[in-house]
Parts: sequence; C-alpha cells; structure tokens
Amino acid sequence: MKTFIPSKFIVERDPARCIQCQVCVNQCSFAVNSYDAADNEVMADENNCVGCHRCVVFCPTNALNIRKNTLDYRENYNWRPEAIEDILKQAETGGMLLTGMGNDKGYKVYWDHILLNASQVTNPSIDPLREPMELVTYLGRKPDRVEIDPVTHTLKNAMPPQVKLNVPVMFSAMSYGAVSLNVQHSLARAATEAGTFWNTGEGGLHASLYPYGDHTIVQVASGRFGVHSKYLNAGQVVEIKIGQGAKPGIGGHLPGEKVTAEVSRTRMIPIGSDALSPAPQHDIYSIEDLAQLVYALKEATGYRKLISVKIAAVHNVAAIASGMVRAGADIIAIDGLRGSTGAAPKVIRDNVGIPIEMALAAVDARLRQENIRNQASLVIAGGIRNSGDIAKAIALGADAVYIGTAALIALGCTACQQCHTGKCAWGICTSDLALTKRINPEIGSRRLVNLLRGWAIELKDILGGMGINALESLRGNRLHLRGIGLSDNELKILGIRPVGD
Amino acid sequence: MQDLRKIQNPYNSDKVIDACSIFGMMDTSGQRFSGAAIIKAIGNMRVRGNGLGGGFAVYGLYPDYAEYYAMHVMYLSREGKTETEAFLKEKFHLVDADEIKTRPLAAIKDPPLVWRYFLKVNRYQAGIQADDDFVVDRVMDINIKIRDSFVFSSGKDMGVFKGVGYPEEIGQYFRLEEYEGYLWTSHGRYPTNSRGWWGGAHPFNILDWTVVHNGEISSYGINRRYLEQYGYICTMETDTEVIAYAIDLLVRKHGLPVDTISQVFAAPFWDDIDRKPPVEQELLRALRQTYGSLLLNGPFTLIIAHAGEMIGLTDRIRLRPLTAATKGKVLFLSSEEAAIRTISPQLESVWIPVGGEPIAGSLKIPLNPPSPVSVVAAYKMDR
Repeated sequence: MKTFIPSKFIVERDPARCIQCQVCVNQCSFAVNSYDAADNEVMADENNCVGCHRCVVFCPTNALNIRKNTLDYRENYNWRPEAIEDILKQAETGGMLLTGMGNDKGYKVYWDHILLNASQVTNPSIDPLREPMELVTYLGRKPDRVEIDPVTHTLKNAMPPQVKLNVPVMFSAMSYGAVSLNVQHSLARAATEAGTFWNTGEGGLHASLYPYGDHTIVQVASGRFGVHSKYLNAGQVVEIKIGQGAKPGIGGHLPGEKVTAEVSRTRMIPIGSDALSPAPQHDIYSIEDLAQLVYALKEATGYRKLISVKIAAVHNVAAIASGMVRAGADIIAIDGLRGSTGAAPKVIRDNVGIPIEMALAAVDARLRQENIRNQASLVIAGGIRNSGDIAKAIALGADAVYIGTAALIALGCTACQQCHTGKCAWGICTSDLALTKRINPEIGSRRLVNLLRGWAIELKDILGGMGINALESLRGNRLHLRGIGLSDNELKILGIRPVGD
Repeated sequence: MQDLRKIQNPYNSDKVIDACSIFGMMDTSGQRFSGAAIIKAIGNMRVRGNGLGGGFAVYGLYPDYAEYYAMHVMYLSREGKTETEAFLKEKFHLVDADEIKTRPLAAIKDPPLVWRYFLKVNRYQAGIQADDDFVVDRVMDINIKIRDSFVFSSGKDMGVFKGVGYPEEIGQYFRLEEYEGYLWTSHGRYPTNSRGWWGGAHPFNILDWTVVHNGEISSYGINRRYLEQYGYICTMETDTEVIAYAIDLLVRKHGLPVDTISQVFAAPFWDDIDRKPPVEQELLRALRQTYGSLLLNGPFTLIIAHAGEMIGLTDRIRLRPLTAATKGKVLFLSSEEAAIRTISPQLESVWIPVGGEPIAGSLKIPLNPPSPVSVVAAYKMDR
C-alpha cells in the first residue's frame, strides 16, 4: 500500500564536502543513505529518516545536515500533523501505534516552574571548594527511633539493611533485550565506579554482569523473566515492578526479533519468542498480595536485601504508596508521566499518568501525615534532565532519583523515539549485534561516570549556595523552593510558596 | 495567645531569622551565685543585639520548691490571667503563686504582667500520663488555646526571664541580681524580620530544658516537617523553637542519652564516621541515618541547659562563634571572649572548640578543660 505519510526530515548533503566515503551509508540503520557506484554518488531515502543524527555526527567532512521537513498542512488546531499522520499510519497498518521514549507532549514540566533558594547575609553560603559537602544517601527502612544501651553506650536495635549511594542518582530499569548487553555493562561499570546502582530491568541478569552485584538492583516483573534464586540474591535490592511511567497499566513488550540466543538464555525463554509481560502481576490483585510477594522475596533473600516496589504515577498515587509502605516495601519507586520505555502503545504513553513532580509531592506529604515516611525511601523517575531537577526533587522529598533517558543520552541517544523498532543506530536500544558493538562499555561507562561527576559537583554548589553541607538537610526541605507561574492549587499540592512570598 | 504566628511572625516569613549574643556560666560544684555577673557579661556584647529581645535561664533557682513545677506565665490581659488560673487550678494543685517582682525602667516599654506558679500535677486529671508529659501538653494548651497568656518557663528548680529590650535591661527589670543559681544562660537578640514580642525572646524552654541560640538554621524546613510528624506544632516559626522540640523528642520521648544530641544536631561527617572504631561507627551511622532530618544545617551556636548540665555546641563547620573558658570549677561559654574577661579577667584556660564538638559542664562529671598546650595551639590556629 502506498503510504500517504510524508517524510519527517530532509537530509541535506553538501556535494562540495561529500567525499563519497559511505560512512553515512554504513552508520544509518534505517536505510536512509545509499551509494550509487555507477554515478559515484551518495543518495538519501528521506522517508526512512528518524532524525537520530548518527550520520551527521560521524560524517568526516561535515557534509550532512538533517532538517525538519516543514511541509505545511492547512492550519487546524485540532487536526495537527501528528493527529493526521497517526490516523494514516493506522489506516495503513490496522494496528496499535507503538512508540519509544517518554511522553513528548507539552504537558507542564513543573521543574521549570520551581526556583531554588540561596543564602544572603543572615547565613553564609558554603564554598564546596573549601568545605566538606556531603551527598551520601542511604536508602532503606529507618527505624522509628534509635535505642542505645545505657551501660555499654552501643546500638541496641540493629539497623535494617541499607544501601549507600555516593550520589543520589541511580540508573533506571532497562532490561537486557530492550537495551544491549554493552549498554548494561556500561551502566553496571559506571554505577560501581560512581558508587551508585544500576537496575537490571525485567530481563534477568546476564552471567557476565554478576560481578557488579554490589551495585545492582534486580527486578522482578510480571513476566518473571530470568528470575531465580541466584538472581534474586545477586544484587543488593530486589525491585518489584508493578508499573512504568510510560505505560501505566500495561506490561512490557519485547518483540521476538530481539530475543537472541544470549537474551533467550538470560530471560529463560525460547529464542525468537515474544516476551510479553502480563499487564498485572498475576499474584498481585490487591495490596495484601503485594505484602505477600514483598515478604516472599525477603524470605528468599534472607532479609539481607532491600525490597523496592516500583509503580507508575497515577491519580491516587499517594494512597497507593502508603499501602506499599505498609506492605513492607523498603523503597518506593515512582515513575512519572514522562518516564521512558523501549516500546509502548502510543495512546498510553501520551495520555496516561501524572507528572512526577506532583506525584512526589503528594506521596511525600501523605507518608509524613501518616508518620511512616521513615519506613521507606522514596525514589523517583520520569524525565529528570539535570542536577537542577535533582535538587528540586530532593527538596520536594525524594531520597534519590532514577535516570533512564538521561543515561542513554550520555551514551549517544538523541531521543528519536525509535526504541521499539530495534534498529537504534546508536547501538543502544537494539539487539542487532552489528549495532550493539557501537557501544564500547569502556567508553560508555566513562561517559556515564563523567555525567554523574558533573551533576555531583553542581549539586554541591547548589547545596553550598543554600548554606547547607549535607544532602539530608535539603531532603523534604520545601522552604528552599518557590513556585513561579503556578496556580494556588498547584502550589498547595507541591507544598511550596510562590516567588516573592 | 491566640495567634502566635501573627505576633511573632507578622510578615508570615518561612521562619524568623535572628542573630545574637549568647553567654552561659556554670559552677560545676553546684555553688549558687547571683545574676549580677552574667548581666554584666551579656551587656558587654550589646552590639550583637538590637534591643528586640533579651533573656536569662537560671538553674538551682527555687531550692525551697524544688519538687514542684515552676511556671512563669506572661499575660497581655486580666481576662487571660483569670482564664489561665482557672485552668491551672483544674489541672494542677497550686502550691504557691506570686507576681514576679520587677523594677520599672524607661527602656522597658509595655511589659506584660508576669506571674509565677508552683504546681503539682493533679494525678486525677493526668490519668495514665507521666507528670512531664502532662505538663508539656498543658503548656501547649495554654499557649495555643487560652488568649493573651503564654507560659515561657515550666521546669523544676529553674526559671526563664525574658522580654523585649537589651538583655542587661531585662536582667535589671526582673531584678535578677537578687536571684541565685548554679547555672545561668543568657541571650541578646537581633531579629531581622519580626517585631519584638516578649514571648519571642530567648531562652526557649520546655520542662527544665532551655535553649539559647545564635544562628539561622538552613535545614529548618525539614527539621520542622520531621517534628510535625511527632505532633510538635511549631507555633512561632523560629529556629530555636525547633531545636527545643528536637531535644524534647530525642531525650524525653526517644530516651536517648544527652550526649547524642550533638551527634544528631552536628552529626560527624560520613568520612569521619568511617574512621571511627566499628562499634562506634555502627552507632553514629544509625543515628545519622535515622535522624538525618534533625541535622541542624547552617550557622549556629547553641547553649543547651537542663538540670545539672550545660552544653555548648556549634554547627559542624563552626559558622558562628563560641569561646569556652574555665576558672576553677566554673565553665564559661560565650559568643565573645571579651565578655568572659569582663567578669573574670584571669582564666585558667580559654579555647575555641572545634566545629560540632560539644562542650559540656555537669554537676556529675568534673570539669575537664583541654590541656593548656592544645588550647594554645588551637587558639593560635584559629586566629
């Protein structure tokens, strides 16, 4: 069937610069560029271009540019190009629209409506170049109180297990199969070096990654792919995945094409079979079932590991989170509206869930109202872009943040939203061995460690400016935040004052 | 006091910021002495205040009534007094009551009526509540629910005197040279954003705990949110109130030894904890992990006192001044050395404590100043 969808991009090739080296032909995994030997000319099939810039970055003579195809439709606010083209795609395929990455719609990014405080006169700012500045964060259940033996003056009630983060940023769940093994190696090495954690996602743990266990969170999702006793005990944290910000209420989808021999071995499923996680966990139909799974996992890991429960941010997230804490979760992970995915139905990604800022503020406030905030750490995810977002998240009440997309961008991702195609030209979200080798774990981990180091330095500057020298004094300290351009209700939910007040 | 927020914090700021002079002196042998010396010492630091608040705490003050709770109450109206006294008579056995003697001074304007009551808990009213818990709750009742009345001192054998004015004026106004105690602390206030209100002066008190404080707590937002989980209602939005409640939570409600206060308020750095012996590491880490929300961050110097003990503490990187000195059995703590020398020119040791290190004087433990050599070394290093 002839497609009626026009190309999204225009590939501009400067003939004066092009040396017909064919790097672009080799780099493009979407078959845009091709070489005509007869004419000694490189050509482009622009219909295939996704705007990932792989060819532009690797062109040795800077001969390439990718421009948006500004093809104009007659203006119509309701029938904007995306609406028209989505219908065309479905008319041509008869299927559900699939997409990758997180929500790309213009919903309000609340981080951009929150401003941070700094010290002037009445208290001094602290210079992180000259004074100690602490970002260390311990995740895990904290007791209601410390008990000290009056005679020996030692600790009477042993602390529940805690995990230490040198920087309050962890790598989000990205499963083997969705991303390549080289990406997971990059994440695992970087987490180990930076003193934080990476998350296996729901695809099991490849044998070569077990040495990074001290910095690993292993996930248990509804498909139970790759879950066995050794796996559960391989990391420091076991995360029960209930939901994902990009697709609340929907299970994971790994197309059979991505299930290679290694993926098959790790996931414990036949080669080439689709790995479709059920939408719910079929042993969790209610909150008491969650408690049973939490304690089943605690039993399986001898109460030495933390149990995290991850949900998508949905409307009544505060009440749900409260139930999760009472079900015994040591970590509550919440993934917001802008959380990413390797593959999700577009209609779900674009329309379901709430922004993480609001979910975080509501959950932190509710857990404090119920005086159970100490019983679980709060980790948030979903669109964190920089250290400013992190500082704001911590001040709203998060213990730490997960980054997924930001970590992949550090590895080369340009957020072109083709994760679901398995053709990622940057070699990130693919299992095509010709592409996966584009990520070198040595270099990948260096890029990730650099990113975390840069953010850590910036966080220290932010803290110092506020006159604070330990992250725990910013955590939940909403007096250091002010809202700009927000309604009274939004301010109320965020628990912050407007600027100037 | 009907809406303390409006009185203490008219601009509805996040919190009330103030800077100050603080002074404490304690005879660790328990010998009582008059308030004349401390009035002179705090008066020496007049430039550190702005005349919008001064106050004193005295321990060993009422030896004849040592077993009774001594409540100091300020009234802005006769009706408040009538109402409060009816309430006190219902909840307590009233042992004695008198108006606190004052000396009229031109500098002291519009003073409230200040009364003193010696009380014994009415066990029938208290039910299963312990005496201390009952007293705390009733103090909260009066301060929040009864109009024009404010309890600013509620411990045994101790008392707080405070008001609007320079501290030396407040001392003269309350005739403190006529009282004796073994431990005195004092405070001169420099509020930046609140008009002076008598209840807003330091020391802050709950039971026999008092706090005088110089500083701004940048962690106030989370300190307050944490305490709110335990039912503490921060009516005055001052840093110092939060500190007083935090001490109450740690020591009275959680039963922790007094020396853990400094390990929570000015917790050692994680790196320093890692260098301690394993058993100590375990304790310090547990305290910091559990009470991280009570870490006081930002510049502060505190003098905390309760029956038989006085503790001076600065923030972890000592952003506000504290000088300690000893002479015989007497321990001095002061914002400035000059104030100590004003009343005791010859001192046996004078030193500037390391940031976050508590300096304690106690009736039970003999005073143990650092050796003269290390004092000189530390002193020189700091200059």
